[in-house]
Amino acid sequence: MKAVLAIQRGSSGEPPRVESFEVSFEAGQSVLDGLRIVRQQADPSLAFRFSCINANACKECMMLIDGEVDYACTVRLKEGVTALAPLPKKALIRDLVTEIAPPDERLQS
Amino acid sequence: MSSSENNAATDEPMHLETDVLVIGSGAAGMYAALEAARAGASVVLAERSLIGRGGATVMAQMTVAAALGEQTPDHWEHHLSDTLVAGRGLCDEGLAALLCEDGPRRLREMDEWKVGWAREDGHIKQAQAPGHDRPRCAYVDFLSTGRAVTLAAKAVVIATGGLTGLYRRNSASSNMVGDGYALALRAGAELIDMEFVQFFPIGHLAPRLVGMDPIMWDPFRYKLGGKLLNAEMREFETDYVSQDSRSDGRYVLTRDLATYAINKEVEAGRGSPAGGAYLSFQHVPEADIRSAFGPVVDRLAANGIDLASRPVEVAPIAHYHMGGIRVDSTLQTRVAGLYACGEAVGGANGANRLSGNAITEAFVFGARAGRNAAQRALQASSHWEPKAARPALDLLRSADRRDAPNLAAVMVELKALMADWVGPFRTADKLRSAAQAIARLKTEIGQSPVSSASQFDTVLADWLDLRNMLLVAHSVTLAALARTESRGAHQREDHPALDENWSVNQFVSLSGGQLHLSRNTPSQQRALP
Repeated sequence: MKAVLAIQRGSSGEPPRVESFEVSFEAGQSVLDGLRIVRQQADPSLAFRFSCINANACKECMMLIDGEVDYACTVRLKEGVTALAPLPKKALIRDLVTEIAPPDERLQS
Repeated sequence: MSSSENNAATDEPMHLETDVLVIGSGAAGMYAALEAARAGASVVLAERSLIGRGGATVMAQMTVAAALGEQTPDHWEHHLSDTLVAGRGLCDEGLAALLCEDGPRRLREMDEWKVGWAREDGHIKQAQAPGHDRPRCAYVDFLSTGRAVTLAAKAVVIATGGLTGLYRRNSASSNMVGDGYALALRAGAELIDMEFVQFFPIGHLAPRLVGMDPIMWDPFRYKLGGKLLNAEMREFETDYVSQDSRSDGRYVLTRDLATYAINKEVEAGRGSPAGGAYLSFQHVPEADIRSAFGPVVDRLAANGIDLASRPVEVAPIAHYHMGGIRVDSTLQTRVAGLYACGEAVGGANGANRLSGNAITEAFVFGARAGRNAAQRALQASSHWEPKAARPALDLLRSADRRDAPNLAAVMVELKALMADWVGPFRTADKLRSAAQAIARLKTEIGQSPVSSASQFDTVLADWLDLRNMLLVAHSVTLAALARTESRGAHQREDHPALDENWSVNQFVSLSGGQLHLSRNTPSQQRALP
């Protein structure tokens, strides 16, 4: 099966652009699996947060998936296009990465 | 960490001063930071992920072992005796004793902090895990690349966990790849017992689950006695039981033996379709499944799994590293002012860790390391010199956007070769192949970092990770090749028996860019309280 991930990319201050990547997948695989495949096979500079991969324990992979806030590790890949964008109400860092660390836990520069 | 303007290559570094720097924010790092702060030291807690989100602690499912003695009479010496037996003769007895003696104090302190330990009849409830002589395991029910920073600390605590992220299938977070071991080696400290990587026998294999921890089946085996079946749908654990006199007859095999049993069944052509064993709860009444699994039953249903009607497939998964940074009973390395705690420490668990000892170790060693580091820091003056940071800053400044192999793909290759050649069952041939492949990958990634010259530079992060991962993978391979016997989690198919001459620890150090191996008999000295 093939999924197309249409990913909003760019750093803060740049005009956002959408890049699409096609990935082959097996039933049951997650959107996070798809993003990791894109890094391994196409573009290792693609930025997104993840840590626990599969357990939904770390809550780092939160993003906008087809317009809904969700976890990339629990939403399944589907055939056709899935639109991915950074969280809209958090400061953008780059690609799908936003500033989600609580203010007290950041190193202030 | 992130900042609006960020270019590690050109900006002046940001500089910070502190008494104690704790690296890693799992249970060990958190406890170290708390105790250091309580002792009056200023503390910086640094984390490569988000505070409290990465590493192994967030992935722990249950079982924190401590001789509380409320449910069943117990004494920490009994816990120690089980720990030493599980360690197959290689435990550092002083560290193991600390873990067992301090454990109850930490669990009770956390109970006062309202950590939700499962309770029954007015006491913390304890379950019996394999290798323990009585119920002893408490549990909680149900479960940047900005500007470079230099940091002057009078003492440093490494709390970065283990190295299971070096393996294809593992049960901790993706970011636990042995960073602390590489830091310690480069700082001049030694590593111990690097060859002992524990595999968790019943990691989830198939069908694919999302939103669930791969080691989730263990608590339900404790509660319901799930059966391990081979492709003939026959229970096989008892075939291997005679090898372990400490089995309790119900949840039979310790982790090293269960891993062995499943791999042997697969090798004999009796594995499940995905290459593991079946775990079945079909003999358990549906109401009991619901009562034990609670809301998890619904999450399983969403994943298309009905435990009453069919089994799942499980297989060994890299879970914990017994080896690690060599410390004395104050948790200090041979580098003055450099401490380690939690899974990053080697020695307490010998050749095989007893269930439930990992989180206890994180609490106990974390608290001790934090307190000791604070005491040292409060008596020391800073020896900071900007030139000390030069080699690291020069390395970052040498990063460029050259054509390089896809580092995310190189990482996948490294994890595959570690799983296939430096996994639970080893031979000299496999280990030599691994050593050659590791050397080749080291050449491929080059001497200076690759960068994408962008914020949240994933390419630079991968390069820095790989540099550490390859050094640590080499350490494991080297120690595994030298140990020509089978003991605990280190199983050599070309040397299948335990050899009393090998009742020694191996140490790895780094000098002149080369890894060196040495060995000595395990320490039996108990620490002062």
